[in-house]
Amino acid sequence: MMKLDGNAMAGDLREIFAFDVTAAQYTCAGCGHAEAIGALMLWGQEMGRVARCPHCDDVVLSLVHAPGRVFLDVRGAVRLELPLAGS
Amino acid sequence: MARAALPGRLTWRAATLAEARPETPTARTLVFDVPDWPGHLPGQHVDVRLTAPDGYRAQRSYSIASAWPPGGGGPPGGGGKVELTVQRLDDGEVSPYLTDVLEVGDQIELRGPVGGWFVWRETQQNPVLLVGGGSGVVPLMAMVRSRGQSRAKQPFRLIYSVRSQGDLLYREELPRHVRDDPGFDLFLNYTRQAPDGWPSPPKRIDVATINTHGWPPDFTPDVYVCGPTTFVETAADILVALGHDPKRIRTERFGGTS
Amino acid sequence: MAIISRGFGGRRRESVPGLPPGQYLTHDFPVLSAGPTPRIPLDRWSFTVTTESGEKTSWTWPEFTALPYEDFSTDIHCVTKWSKLGTTWRGVSLDTLLADVETAADYTMVHSFGGYTTNVPLEDLLDGKAWIAYKFDGEDLEPEHGGPARMLVPHLYFWKSAKWVNGLQMMQEDEPGFWEAAGYHMYGDPWLEQRYQGD
Ligand SMILES: Cc1cc2nc3c(=O)[nH]c(=O)nc-3n(C[C@H](O)[C@H](O)[C@H](O)COP(=O)(O)OP(=O)(O)OC[C@H]3O[C@@H](n4cnc5c(N)ncnc54)[C@H](O)[C@@H]3O)c2cc1C
Ligand SMILES: [Zn+2]
Repeated sequence: MMKLDGNAMAGDLREIFAFDVTAAQYTCAGCGHAEAIGALMLWGQEMGRVARCPHCDDVVLSLVHAPGRVFLDVRGAVRLELPLAGS
Repeated sequence: MARAALPGRLTWRAATLAEARPETPTARTLVFDVPDWPGHLPGQHVDVRLTAPDGYRAQRSYSIASAWPPGGGGPPGGGGKVELTVQRLDDGEVSPYLTDVLEVGDQIELRGPVGGWFVWRETQQNPVLLVGGGSGVVPLMAMVRSRGQSRAKQPFRLIYSVRSQGDLLYREELPRHVRDDPGFDLFLNYTRQAPDGWPSPPKRIDVATINTHGWPPDFTPDVYVCGPTTFVETAADILVALGHDPKRIRTERFGGTS
Repeated sequence: MAIISRGFGGRRRESVPGLPPGQYLTHDFPVLSAGPTPRIPLDRWSFTVTTESGEKTSWTWPEFTALPYEDFSTDIHCVTKWSKLGTTWRGVSLDTLLADVETAADYTMVHSFGGYTTNVPLEDLLDGKAWIAYKFDGEDLEPEHGGPARMLVPHLYFWKSAKWVNGLQMMQEDEPGFWEAAGYHMYGDPWLEQRYQGD
Protein backbone atom coordinates (compact mmCIF):
# COMPACT_ATOMS: atom_id res chain seq x y z
CA MET A 1 0.00 0.00 0.00
CA MET A 2 1.38 3.35 -0.96
CA LYS A 3 1.43 6.41 1.19
CA LEU A 4 -1.48 8.77 1.70
CA ASP A 5 -1.89 12.22 3.22
CA GLY A 6 -2.53 12.81 6.90
CA ASN A 7 -5.94 14.04 5.83
CA ALA A 8 -6.94 10.41 5.18
CA MET A 9 -6.92 9.65 8.91
CA ALA A 10 -9.47 12.37 9.61
CA GLY A 11 -12.17 9.78 10.25
CA ASP A 12 -10.10 7.79 12.72
CA LEU A 13 -9.20 10.97 14.59
CA ARG A 14 -12.76 12.27 14.63
CA GLU A 15 -13.75 9.03 16.32
CA ILE A 16 -11.44 9.98 19.22
CA PHE A 17 -11.64 13.77 19.30
CA ALA A 18 -14.65 16.02 19.27
CA PHE A 19 -13.09 18.27 16.63
CA ASP A 20 -11.18 17.88 13.40
CA VAL A 21 -7.52 17.33 14.25
CA THR A 22 -6.33 17.25 10.61
CA ALA A 23 -6.60 21.05 10.45
CA ALA A 24 -4.48 21.42 13.60
CA GLN A 25 -0.80 22.37 13.39
CA TYR A 26 1.81 20.00 14.72
CA THR A 27 5.38 20.89 15.58
CA CYS A 28 7.69 17.99 14.79
CA ALA A 29 9.78 16.79 17.73
CA GLY A 30 12.51 15.68 15.35
CA CYS A 31 13.11 18.78 13.23
CA GLY A 32 10.83 21.55 14.50
CA HIS A 33 8.88 21.73 11.26
CA ALA A 34 5.31 22.98 11.78
CA GLU A 35 2.44 22.18 9.45
CA ALA A 36 -1.12 20.85 9.35
CA ILE A 37 -1.71 17.27 10.52
CA GLY A 38 -3.47 16.82 7.18
CA ALA A 39 -0.14 17.40 5.43
CA LEU A 40 1.69 14.55 7.19
CA MET A 41 2.73 11.52 5.15
CA LEU A 42 0.61 8.55 6.07
CA TRP A 43 2.05 5.04 5.92
CA GLY A 44 1.24 1.52 7.02
CA GLN A 45 -2.52 1.24 6.81
CA GLU A 46 -2.71 -2.43 7.77
CA MET A 47 -1.18 -2.62 11.25
CA GLY A 48 -2.03 0.94 12.11
CA ARG A 49 -1.59 4.42 10.77
CA VAL A 50 1.88 5.89 10.92
CA ALA A 51 2.05 9.61 10.16
CA ARG A 52 5.50 10.95 9.35
CA CYS A 53 6.85 14.48 9.06
CA PRO A 54 7.24 15.35 5.36
CA HIS A 55 10.44 17.20 6.24
CA CYS A 56 12.43 14.63 8.21
CA ASP A 57 10.44 11.37 7.90
CA ASP A 58 10.22 11.03 11.71
CA VAL A 59 7.00 9.55 13.08
CA VAL A 60 4.83 12.38 14.41
CA LEU A 61 1.88 10.26 15.44
CA SER A 62 0.64 6.72 15.19
CA LEU A 63 -2.77 5.22 15.65
CA VAL A 64 -3.51 1.54 16.23
CA HIS A 65 -6.98 0.02 16.38
CA ALA A 66 -7.49 -3.01 18.58
CA PRO A 67 -10.90 -4.60 19.14
CA GLY A 68 -12.80 -2.16 21.34
CA ARG A 69 -9.88 0.25 21.86
CA VAL A 70 -7.56 2.56 20.04
CA PHE A 71 -3.96 3.53 20.83
CA LEU A 72 -2.83 7.01 19.85
CA ASP A 73 0.86 7.88 20.17
CA VAL A 74 1.78 11.54 19.73
CA ARG A 75 5.36 11.39 20.97
CA GLY A 76 6.68 12.77 17.71
CA ALA A 77 4.93 16.10 18.17
CA VAL A 78 6.19 18.59 20.74
CA ARG A 79 3.05 20.63 20.29
CA LEU A 80 -0.37 20.63 18.71
CA GLU A 81 -2.06 23.93 17.91
CA LEU A 82 -5.81 23.65 17.58
CA PRO A 83 -8.20 26.24 16.24
CA LEU A 84 -11.02 26.72 18.74
CA ALA A 85 -13.68 28.79 17.07
CA GLY A 86 -15.52 28.40 13.76
CA SER A 87 -13.78 25.32 12.42
CA MET B 1 -22.91 -4.45 22.82
CA ALA B 2 -24.23 -0.99 22.09
CA ARG B 3 -21.99 1.70 23.47
CA ALA B 4 -23.34 5.19 23.90
CA ALA B 5 -21.73 7.63 21.50
CA LEU B 6 -19.75 10.34 23.24
CA PRO B 7 -21.07 13.77 22.41
CA GLY B 8 -19.20 15.49 19.61
CA ARG B 9 -17.37 12.40 18.46
CA LEU B 10 -18.13 10.81 15.19
CA THR B 11 -19.59 7.38 14.88
CA TRP B 12 -20.73 5.16 12.05
CA ARG B 13 -24.17 5.71 10.65
CA ALA B 14 -26.34 3.80 8.26
CA ALA B 15 -26.62 5.12 4.72
CA THR B 16 -29.13 3.82 2.20
CA LEU B 17 -28.41 3.82 -1.50
CA ALA B 18 -31.12 6.04 -2.99
CA GLU B 19 -29.93 6.26 -6.57
CA ALA B 20 -27.03 5.12 -8.74
CA ARG B 21 -25.78 6.50 -12.05
CA PRO B 22 -23.11 5.01 -14.25
CA GLU B 23 -20.41 7.58 -15.11
CA THR B 24 -18.31 5.31 -17.31
CA PRO B 25 -18.31 1.53 -17.84
CA THR B 26 -16.10 1.25 -14.75
CA ALA B 27 -17.26 4.08 -12.51
CA ARG B 28 -20.52 4.81 -10.79
CA THR B 29 -21.99 7.70 -8.84
CA LEU B 30 -23.84 6.58 -5.72
CA VAL B 31 -26.39 8.81 -4.04
CA PHE B 32 -26.88 7.92 -0.40
CA ASP B 33 -29.64 8.91 1.93
CA VAL B 34 -28.06 9.74 5.27
CA PRO B 35 -30.49 10.75 8.01
CA ASP B 36 -29.31 13.79 9.98
CA TRP B 37 -26.48 14.55 7.58
CA PRO B 38 -24.87 17.69 9.06
CA GLY B 39 -23.75 19.10 5.68
CA HIS B 40 -20.17 19.25 4.42
CA LEU B 41 -17.51 21.38 2.76
CA PRO B 42 -16.27 20.66 -0.76
CA GLY B 43 -13.14 18.46 -0.58
CA GLN B 44 -14.20 16.48 2.46
CA HIS B 45 -14.55 12.71 2.40
CA VAL B 46 -16.36 9.92 4.18
CA ASP B 47 -15.16 6.55 5.39
CA VAL B 48 -17.22 3.62 4.17
CA ARG B 49 -17.39 0.39 6.14
CA LEU B 50 -18.65 -2.95 4.84
CA THR B 51 -19.35 -5.96 7.01
CA ALA B 52 -19.56 -9.52 5.67
CA PRO B 53 -21.97 -12.02 7.24
CA ASP B 54 -19.10 -13.63 9.19
CA GLY B 55 -18.21 -10.27 10.75
CA TYR B 56 -15.23 -9.55 8.47
CA ARG B 57 -14.92 -5.84 7.79
CA ALA B 58 -13.34 -3.61 5.20
CA GLN B 59 -13.04 0.16 5.38
CA ARG B 60 -12.14 2.69 2.67
CA SER B 61 -12.30 6.45 2.19
CA TYR B 62 -14.32 8.13 -0.58
CA SER B 63 -14.46 11.81 -1.42
CA ILE B 64 -17.80 13.55 -1.46
CA ALA B 65 -18.69 14.57 -5.02
CA SER B 66 -21.76 16.66 -4.29
CA ALA B 67 -22.00 20.23 -3.09
CA TRP B 68 -23.94 21.20 0.00
CA PRO B 69 -26.77 21.97 0.18
CA PRO B 70 -27.63 19.60 -2.67
CA GLY B 71 -28.82 21.14 -5.92
CA GLY B 72 -28.43 24.66 -4.54
CA GLY B 73 -31.22 25.32 -2.14
CA GLY B 74 -32.46 22.09 -0.66
CA PRO B 75 -33.60 22.42 2.92
CA PRO B 76 -30.47 22.83 5.03
CA GLY B 77 -30.00 19.88 7.34
CA GLY B 78 -32.85 18.05 5.71
CA GLY B 79 -32.93 15.53 2.91
CA GLY B 80 -29.40 14.36 3.65
CA LYS B 81 -28.20 13.22 0.26
CA VAL B 82 -24.52 12.49 -0.20
CA GLU B 83 -22.98 11.60 -3.54
CA LEU B 84 -19.86 9.53 -4.02
CA THR B 85 -18.24 8.51 -7.28
CA VAL B 86 -16.37 5.23 -7.19
CA GLN B 87 -13.90 3.98 -9.78
CA ARG B 88 -13.74 0.19 -9.99
CA LEU B 89 -10.36 -1.48 -9.55
CA ASP B 90 -10.81 -4.96 -10.95
CA ASP B 91 -8.74 -6.69 -8.28
CA GLY B 92 -10.07 -4.46 -5.53
CA GLU B 93 -11.91 -5.62 -2.45
CA VAL B 94 -14.34 -2.75 -1.92
CA SER B 95 -14.67 -0.72 -5.13
CA PRO B 96 -16.14 -3.55 -7.29
CA TYR B 97 -18.73 -4.11 -4.60
CA LEU B 98 -19.75 -0.46 -4.66
CA THR B 99 -19.80 -0.19 -8.46
CA ASP B 100 -21.35 -3.56 -9.32
CA VAL B 101 -23.08 -5.20 -6.39
CA LEU B 102 -24.71 -2.55 -4.21
CA GLU B 103 -28.31 -1.90 -5.23
CA VAL B 104 -30.79 0.86 -4.52
CA GLY B 105 -32.27 0.22 -1.07
CA ASP B 106 -29.13 -1.52 0.26
CA GLN B 107 -27.43 -0.16 3.34
CA ILE B 108 -23.80 0.44 4.15
CA GLU B 109 -22.12 2.19 7.06
CA LEU B 110 -20.60 5.59 6.63
CA ARG B 111 -18.61 7.97 8.82
CA GLY B 112 -18.24 11.62 7.99
CA PRO B 113 -17.95 14.21 6.71
CA VAL B 114 -14.26 14.37 7.66
CA GLY B 115 -11.07 16.14 6.66
CA GLY B 116 -10.93 19.88 7.25
CA TRP B 117 -7.62 20.35 5.51
CA PHE B 118 -8.28 19.41 1.89
CA VAL B 119 -11.27 21.72 1.57
CA TRP B 120 -12.11 24.87 -0.30
CA ARG B 121 -14.06 27.57 1.50
CA GLU B 122 -15.87 30.33 -0.30
CA THR B 123 -14.15 32.82 1.99
CA GLN B 124 -10.80 32.07 0.30
CA GLN B 125 -10.21 34.94 -2.12
CA ASN B 126 -7.30 33.63 -4.21
CA PRO B 127 -7.63 32.07 -7.64
CA VAL B 128 -7.87 28.30 -7.48
CA LEU B 129 -6.00 25.65 -9.45
CA LEU B 130 -7.41 22.13 -9.35
CA VAL B 131 -5.30 19.26 -10.66
CA GLY B 132 -7.01 15.87 -10.77
CA GLY B 133 -5.93 12.49 -12.07
CA GLY B 134 -8.55 9.79 -12.71
CA SER B 135 -10.99 9.49 -9.81
CA GLY B 136 -9.00 12.28 -8.13
CA VAL B 137 -11.39 14.66 -9.86
CA VAL B 138 -14.15 13.70 -7.40
CA PRO B 139 -13.43 16.11 -4.51
CA LEU B 140 -12.44 18.79 -7.06
CA MET B 141 -15.86 18.36 -8.66
CA ALA B 142 -17.45 19.12 -5.31
CA MET B 143 -15.48 22.39 -5.30
CA VAL B 144 -16.54 23.22 -8.87
CA ARG B 145 -20.18 22.45 -8.05
CA SER B 146 -20.05 24.41 -4.86
CA ARG B 147 -18.55 27.46 -6.60
CA GLY B 148 -21.13 27.24 -9.40
CA GLN B 149 -23.99 26.90 -7.02
CA SER B 150 -23.05 29.89 -4.90
CA ARG B 151 -22.02 31.92 -7.96
CA ALA B 152 -18.64 32.59 -6.38
CA LYS B 153 -16.30 34.82 -8.36
CA GLN B 154 -12.85 33.37 -7.58
CA PRO B 155 -11.33 32.24 -10.88
CA PHE B 156 -11.05 28.44 -11.06
CA ARG B 157 -8.95 26.31 -13.37
CA LEU B 158 -9.29 22.56 -13.50
CA ILE B 159 -6.64 20.38 -15.13
CA TYR B 160 -8.15 16.91 -15.37
CA SER B 161 -5.99 14.04 -16.52
CA VAL B 162 -7.68 10.85 -17.75
CA ARG B 163 -6.76 7.86 -19.86
CA SER B 164 -9.31 8.39 -22.61
CA GLN B 165 -12.65 10.00 -23.30
CA GLY B 166 -14.38 6.83 -22.14
CA ASP B 167 -12.88 7.28 -18.68
CA LEU B 168 -14.13 10.84 -18.19
CA LEU B 169 -16.25 11.30 -15.10
CA TYR B 170 -18.98 13.98 -15.21
CA ARG B 171 -18.64 14.03 -18.97
CA GLU B 172 -21.83 15.97 -19.57
CA GLU B 173 -21.79 18.16 -16.54
CA LEU B 174 -18.26 19.56 -16.85
CA PRO B 175 -18.89 21.36 -20.18
CA ARG B 176 -22.03 22.86 -18.61
CA HIS B 177 -19.94 24.42 -15.87
CA VAL B 178 -17.54 25.79 -18.49
CA ARG B 179 -20.53 27.33 -20.28
CA ASP B 180 -22.52 28.59 -17.30
CA ASP B 181 -19.95 29.43 -14.61
CA PRO B 182 -18.02 32.59 -15.53
CA GLY B 183 -14.35 32.30 -14.60
CA PHE B 184 -14.19 28.51 -14.71
CA ASP B 185 -11.75 26.91 -17.16
CA LEU B 186 -11.23 23.25 -17.88
CA PHE B 187 -8.28 21.56 -19.51
CA LEU B 188 -8.48 17.85 -20.29
CA ASN B 189 -5.24 15.92 -20.50
CA TYR B 190 -5.45 12.49 -22.12
CA THR B 191 -2.81 9.98 -21.15
CA ARG B 192 -3.62 6.94 -23.34
CA GLN B 193 -5.92 7.92 -26.12
CA ALA B 194 -7.04 11.39 -27.16
CA PRO B 195 -10.33 11.94 -29.03
CA ASP B 196 -10.12 12.39 -32.81
CA GLY B 197 -8.92 15.84 -33.77
CA TRP B 198 -7.56 16.61 -30.28
CA PRO B 199 -4.75 19.17 -30.61
CA SER B 200 -2.10 17.21 -28.69
CA PRO B 201 -1.11 13.54 -28.59
CA PRO B 202 -1.77 11.56 -25.40
CA LYS B 203 0.84 12.09 -22.71
CA ARG B 204 1.27 12.09 -18.96
CA ILE B 205 0.80 15.40 -17.23
CA ASP B 206 4.03 17.43 -17.48
CA VAL B 207 5.61 20.81 -16.78
CA ALA B 208 4.23 22.32 -19.98
CA THR B 209 0.66 21.23 -19.18
CA ILE B 210 0.66 22.79 -15.74
CA ASN B 211 2.61 25.85 -16.85
CA THR B 212 0.22 26.54 -19.74
CA HIS B 213 -3.09 25.65 -18.12
CA GLY B 214 -2.48 26.52 -14.48
CA TRP B 215 -2.00 29.93 -12.85
CA PRO B 216 1.38 31.65 -12.67
CA PRO B 217 2.88 31.34 -9.16
CA ASP B 218 2.75 35.12 -8.58
CA PHE B 219 -1.06 34.94 -8.69
CA THR B 220 -0.62 32.97 -5.42
CA PRO B 221 -3.35 30.49 -6.30
CA ASP B 222 -4.67 27.96 -3.81
CA VAL B 223 -3.77 24.63 -5.39
CA TYR B 224 -5.53 21.30 -4.84
CA VAL B 225 -4.00 18.14 -6.27
CA CYS B 226 -5.79 14.81 -6.05
CA GLY B 227 -5.50 11.35 -7.55
CA PRO B 228 -3.45 8.17 -7.36
CA THR B 229 -0.37 8.63 -5.16
CA THR B 230 2.15 8.67 -8.02
CA PHE B 231 0.05 11.20 -9.99
CA VAL B 232 -0.16 13.51 -6.98
CA GLU B 233 3.57 13.34 -6.35
CA THR B 234 4.41 14.07 -9.99
CA ALA B 235 2.01 17.02 -10.15
CA ALA B 236 3.12 18.43 -6.79
CA ASP B 237 6.80 18.22 -7.80
CA ILE B 238 6.04 20.09 -11.03
CA LEU B 239 4.12 22.78 -9.18
CA VAL B 240 6.96 23.34 -6.72
CA ALA B 241 9.50 23.38 -9.58
CA LEU B 242 7.38 26.03 -11.32
CA GLY B 243 7.70 28.20 -8.23
CA HIS B 244 4.43 27.59 -6.40
CA ASP B 245 4.63 27.96 -2.63
CA PRO B 246 4.44 24.43 -1.15
CA LYS B 247 2.31 25.87 1.65
CA ARG B 248 -0.41 26.73 -0.87
CA ILE B 249 -0.45 23.24 -2.38
CA ARG B 250 -2.84 20.80 -0.76
CA THR B 251 -2.74 17.17 -1.76
CA GLU B 252 -5.05 14.21 -1.39
CA ARG B 253 -3.40 10.90 -2.29
CA PHE B 254 -5.79 8.09 -3.13
CA GLY B 255 -3.15 5.36 -2.84
CA GLY B 256 -2.47 2.70 -5.41
CA THR B 257 0.35 2.29 -7.80
CA SER B 258 -0.89 3.71 -11.08
CA MET C 1 -25.32 -2.62 15.70
CA ALA C 2 -23.38 -3.54 12.61
CA ILE C 3 -25.14 -3.56 9.30
CA ILE C 4 -24.35 -6.60 7.21
CA SER C 5 -23.64 -5.51 3.66
CA ARG C 6 -25.72 -7.72 1.42
CA GLY C 7 -23.57 -9.61 -1.03
CA PHE C 8 -20.28 -8.47 0.45
CA GLY C 9 -17.80 -11.26 1.05
CA GLY C 10 -14.54 -9.39 1.17
CA ARG C 11 -11.32 -10.85 -0.03
CA ARG C 12 -11.35 -14.63 0.04
CA ARG C 13 -10.35 -15.80 3.49
CA GLU C 14 -9.19 -19.37 3.58
CA SER C 15 -9.34 -20.93 7.01
CA VAL C 16 -7.34 -24.14 7.24
CA PRO C 17 -6.79 -26.38 10.24
CA GLY C 18 -3.49 -25.99 12.03
CA LEU C 19 -3.21 -22.23 11.76
CA PRO C 20 -2.89 -20.07 14.88
CA PRO C 21 -6.25 -18.73 16.11
CA GLY C 22 -7.82 -16.00 13.98
CA GLN C 23 -5.43 -16.49 11.05
CA TYR C 24 -6.24 -17.02 7.37
CA LEU C 25 -4.13 -18.55 4.66
CA THR C 26 -2.61 -16.36 1.96
CA HIS C 27 -0.72 -17.35 -1.15
CA ASP C 28 0.84 -13.99 -1.99
CA PHE C 29 3.30 -12.17 0.17
CA PRO C 30 1.65 -8.94 1.32
CA VAL C 31 3.99 -6.02 1.94
CA LEU C 32 3.36 -3.90 5.02
CA SER C 33 5.27 -0.66 5.25
CA ALA C 34 5.33 1.87 8.04
CA GLY C 35 7.64 4.18 6.14
CA PRO C 36 9.73 4.62 3.03
CA THR C 37 11.58 1.52 1.84
CA PRO C 38 15.30 2.06 2.46
CA ARG C 39 17.63 1.11 -0.40
CA ILE C 40 20.91 -0.02 1.11
CA PRO C 41 23.94 -0.47 -1.14
CA LEU C 42 25.80 -3.62 -0.10
CA ASP C 43 29.06 -1.73 0.42
CA ARG C 44 27.31 0.39 3.05
CA TRP C 45 25.62 -2.56 4.74
CA SER C 46 26.77 -3.82 8.13
CA PHE C 47 25.30 -5.67 11.05
CA THR C 48 26.38 -4.82 14.59
CA VAL C 49 25.73 -6.61 17.86
CA THR C 50 26.11 -4.32 20.88
CA THR C 51 26.21 -5.79 24.37
CA GLU C 52 24.81 -4.15 27.49
CA SER C 53 28.34 -2.99 28.33
CA GLY C 54 28.70 -1.34 24.94
CA GLU C 55 30.97 -3.87 23.26
CA LYS C 56 30.38 -4.11 19.54
CA THR C 57 30.85 -6.88 17.01
CA SER C 58 30.22 -6.02 13.36
CA TRP C 59 30.04 -7.80 10.04
CA THR C 60 30.30 -6.27 6.60
CA TRP C 61 28.25 -7.81 3.78
CA PRO C 62 31.16 -10.00 2.51
CA GLU C 63 31.91 -11.10 6.08
CA PHE C 64 28.26 -11.81 6.81
CA THR C 65 27.62 -13.82 3.66
CA ALA C 66 30.82 -15.83 4.28
CA LEU C 67 29.34 -17.15 7.54
CA PRO C 68 27.83 -20.65 7.57
CA TYR C 69 24.20 -20.41 6.42
CA GLU C 70 21.12 -22.56 6.66
CA ASP C 71 18.43 -23.20 4.08
CA PHE C 72 15.13 -23.67 5.83
CA SER C 73 11.41 -23.66 5.40
CA THR C 74 8.95 -22.12 7.84
CA ASP C 75 5.42 -20.78 8.31
CA ILE C 76 4.93 -17.07 8.94
CA HIS C 77 2.05 -15.40 10.75
CA CYS C 78 1.28 -11.72 10.33
CA VAL C 79 -0.68 -9.92 13.03
CA THR C 80 -2.96 -8.54 10.28
CA LYS C 81 -4.30 -12.11 10.14
CA TRP C 82 -2.62 -13.67 7.15
CA SER C 83 -0.42 -16.71 7.43
CA LYS C 84 1.83 -18.10 4.75
CA LEU C 85 2.93 -21.68 4.94
CA GLY C 86 6.20 -23.29 3.92
CA THR C 87 8.18 -20.20 2.94
CA THR C 88 11.78 -21.00 2.06
CA TRP C 89 14.74 -18.91 3.13
CA ARG C 90 18.50 -18.80 3.38
CA GLY C 91 20.01 -17.09 6.38
CA VAL C 92 22.57 -17.07 9.13
CA SER C 93 21.38 -18.45 12.45
CA LEU C 94 21.52 -16.07 15.39
CA ASP C 95 23.30 -18.89 17.23
CA THR C 96 26.19 -18.38 14.80
CA LEU C 97 26.17 -14.60 15.11
CA LEU C 98 25.98 -14.60 18.90
CA ALA C 99 28.36 -17.53 19.53
CA ASP C 100 31.22 -15.32 20.73
CA VAL C 101 29.15 -12.53 22.25
CA GLU C 102 29.45 -12.22 26.04
CA THR C 103 26.20 -11.08 27.59
CA ALA C 104 24.08 -11.51 30.69
CA ALA C 105 21.15 -9.59 29.19
CA ASP C 106 17.73 -11.20 28.85
CA TYR C 107 16.30 -8.90 26.18
CA THR C 108 17.29 -7.50 22.83
CA MET C 109 16.26 -4.65 20.60
CA VAL C 110 16.48 -5.33 16.89
CA HIS C 111 17.44 -2.23 14.87
CA SER C 112 16.89 -1.53 11.19
CA PHE C 113 17.96 0.89 8.50
CA GLY C 114 15.25 3.54 8.38
CA GLY C 115 14.87 3.56 12.17
CA TYR C 116 12.53 0.61 12.76
CA THR C 117 12.98 -1.30 16.02
CA THR C 118 11.40 -4.32 17.69
CA ASN C 119 12.11 -6.03 21.01
CA VAL C 120 12.65 -9.78 21.34
CA PRO C 121 13.78 -11.75 24.41
CA LEU C 122 17.27 -13.13 23.83
CA GLU C 123 16.21 -16.73 24.38
CA ASP C 124 13.74 -16.40 21.49
CA LEU C 125 16.64 -15.70 19.17
CA LEU C 126 18.71 -18.73 20.23
CA ASP C 127 18.61 -22.51 19.77
CA GLY C 128 17.71 -22.45 16.09
CA LYS C 129 14.67 -20.20 16.48
CA ALA C 130 15.88 -17.14 14.57
CA TRP C 131 17.92 -16.14 11.54
CA ILE C 132 19.10 -13.17 9.60
CA ALA C 133 17.79 -14.11 6.19
CA TYR C 134 19.08 -12.80 2.86
CA LYS C 135 17.44 -15.08 0.33
CA PHE C 136 13.75 -15.84 -0.15
CA ASP C 137 12.57 -18.56 -2.52
CA GLY C 138 16.09 -18.92 -3.89
CA GLU C 139 16.39 -15.24 -4.86
CA ASP C 140 18.10 -12.28 -3.24
CA LEU C 141 15.70 -10.70 -0.78
CA GLU C 142 13.96 -7.74 -2.41
CA PRO C 143 13.96 -4.36 -0.63
CA GLU C 144 10.13 -4.53 -0.26
CA HIS C 145 10.54 -7.72 1.76
CA GLY C 146 13.41 -6.42 3.85
CA GLY C 147 16.48 -6.92 1.67
CA PRO C 148 19.44 -6.96 1.77
CA ALA C 149 18.72 -8.88 4.99
CA ARG C 150 15.91 -9.24 7.49
CA MET C 151 15.38 -10.85 10.86
CA LEU C 152 13.29 -13.99 10.88
CA VAL C 153 11.74 -15.09 14.19
CA PRO C 154 8.90 -17.16 12.75
CA HIS C 155 7.46 -18.40 16.05
CA LEU C 156 6.43 -14.82 16.86
CA TYR C 157 4.13 -12.51 14.85
CA PHE C 158 5.87 -11.31 11.75
CA TRP C 159 6.40 -7.68 12.85
CA LYS C 160 9.11 -9.12 15.14
CA SER C 161 10.93 -10.27 11.98
CA ALA C 162 12.33 -6.81 11.28
CA LYS C 163 13.09 -5.87 7.69
CA TRP C 164 16.38 -4.15 6.71
CA VAL C 165 18.17 -5.18 9.95
CA ASN C 166 21.45 -3.57 10.85
CA GLY C 167 21.90 -4.27 14.53
CA LEU C 168 21.02 -6.03 17.72
CA GLN C 169 21.28 -4.33 21.10
CA MET C 170 21.37 -6.39 24.30
CA MET C 171 19.16 -4.98 27.07
CA GLN C 172 18.85 -5.79 30.77
CA GLU C 173 15.22 -4.67 30.80
CA ASP C 174 12.54 -5.21 28.22
CA GLU C 175 11.70 -2.06 26.27
CA PRO C 176 9.12 -1.56 23.55
CA GLY C 177 10.18 -1.20 19.91
CA PHE C 178 8.30 0.66 17.18
CA TRP C 179 4.96 -1.20 17.01
CA GLU C 180 5.10 -2.26 20.65
CA ALA C 181 5.23 1.42 21.68
CA ALA C 182 2.32 2.09 19.33
CA GLY C 183 0.06 -0.47 21.06
CA TYR C 184 1.14 -3.92 19.96
CA HIS C 185 2.05 -6.75 22.33
CA MET C 186 5.52 -6.86 23.89
CA TYR C 187 5.99 -10.55 23.03
CA GLY C 188 3.60 -11.43 20.19
CA ASP C 189 2.96 -15.18 20.35
CA PRO C 190 0.54 -16.02 17.50
CA TRP C 191 -0.65 -19.20 19.19
CA LEU C 192 -1.78 -17.18 22.23
CA GLU C 193 -3.12 -14.41 19.98
CA GLN C 194 -0.95 -11.80 21.67
CA ARG C 195 -1.72 -9.06 19.18
CA TYR C 196 -2.17 -5.92 21.24
CA GLN C 197 -0.99 -4.69 24.61
CA GLY C 198 -3.03 -6.35 27.31
CA ASP C 199 -4.00 -9.35 25.13
C1 LIG D 1 -9.11 10.43 1.24
C2 LIG D 1 -9.39 9.45 0.14
C3 LIG D 1 -10.43 9.70 -0.74
C4 LIG D 1 -10.71 8.80 -1.78
N1 LIG D 1 -11.73 9.08 -2.64
C5 LIG D 1 -12.02 8.24 -3.64
C6 LIG D 1 -13.07 8.53 -4.57
O1 LIG D 1 -13.73 9.57 -4.48
N2 LIG D 1 -13.33 7.63 -5.56
C7 LIG D 1 -12.61 6.48 -5.69
O2 LIG D 1 -12.91 5.69 -6.60
N3 LIG D 1 -11.60 6.17 -4.84
C8 LIG D 1 -11.29 7.02 -3.81
N4 LIG D 1 -10.26 6.71 -2.94
C9 LIG D 1 -9.60 5.40 -3.06
C10 LIG D 1 -10.40 4.36 -2.24
O3 LIG D 1 -10.32 4.65 -0.87
C11 LIG D 1 -9.88 2.93 -2.42
O4 LIG D 1 -8.50 2.90 -2.19
C12 LIG D 1 -10.16 2.38 -3.79
O5 LIG D 1 -11.55 2.37 -4.04
C13 LIG D 1 -9.60 0.95 -3.92
O6 LIG D 1 -10.19 0.12 -2.95
P1 LIG D 1 -10.41 -1.43 -3.25
O7 LIG D 1 -10.82 -2.07 -1.98
O8 LIG D 1 -11.27 -1.60 -4.44
O9 LIG D 1 -8.95 -1.92 -3.68
P2 LIG D 1 -7.91 -2.70 -2.74
O10 LIG D 1 -8.42 -4.07 -2.52
O11 LIG D 1 -7.61 -1.85 -1.56
O12 LIG D 1 -6.64 -2.70 -3.68
C14 LIG D 1 -6.58 -3.51 -4.84
C15 LIG D 1 -5.34 -3.17 -5.65
O13 LIG D 1 -5.43 -1.85 -6.19
C16 LIG D 1 -4.37 -1.03 -5.73
N5 LIG D 1 -4.96 0.27 -5.38
C17 LIG D 1 -5.51 0.64 -4.20
N6 LIG D 1 -5.98 1.90 -4.25
C18 LIG D 1 -5.75 2.34 -5.51
C19 LIG D 1 -6.01 3.56 -6.18
N7 LIG D 1 -6.62 4.60 -5.57
N8 LIG D 1 -5.63 3.66 -7.48
C20 LIG D 1 -5.02 2.64 -8.12
N9 LIG D 1 -4.73 1.46 -7.52
C21 LIG D 1 -5.09 1.30 -6.24
C22 LIG D 1 -3.81 -1.70 -4.53
O14 LIG D 1 -2.43 -1.42 -4.37
C23 LIG D 1 -4.07 -3.17 -4.83
O15 LIG D 1 -3.06 -3.71 -5.64
C24 LIG D 1 -9.94 7.62 -1.92
C25 LIG D 1 -8.89 7.37 -1.03
C26 LIG D 1 -8.60 8.28 -0.02
C27 LIG D 1 -7.47 7.99 0.91
ZN1 LIG E 1 10.25 16.65 11.17
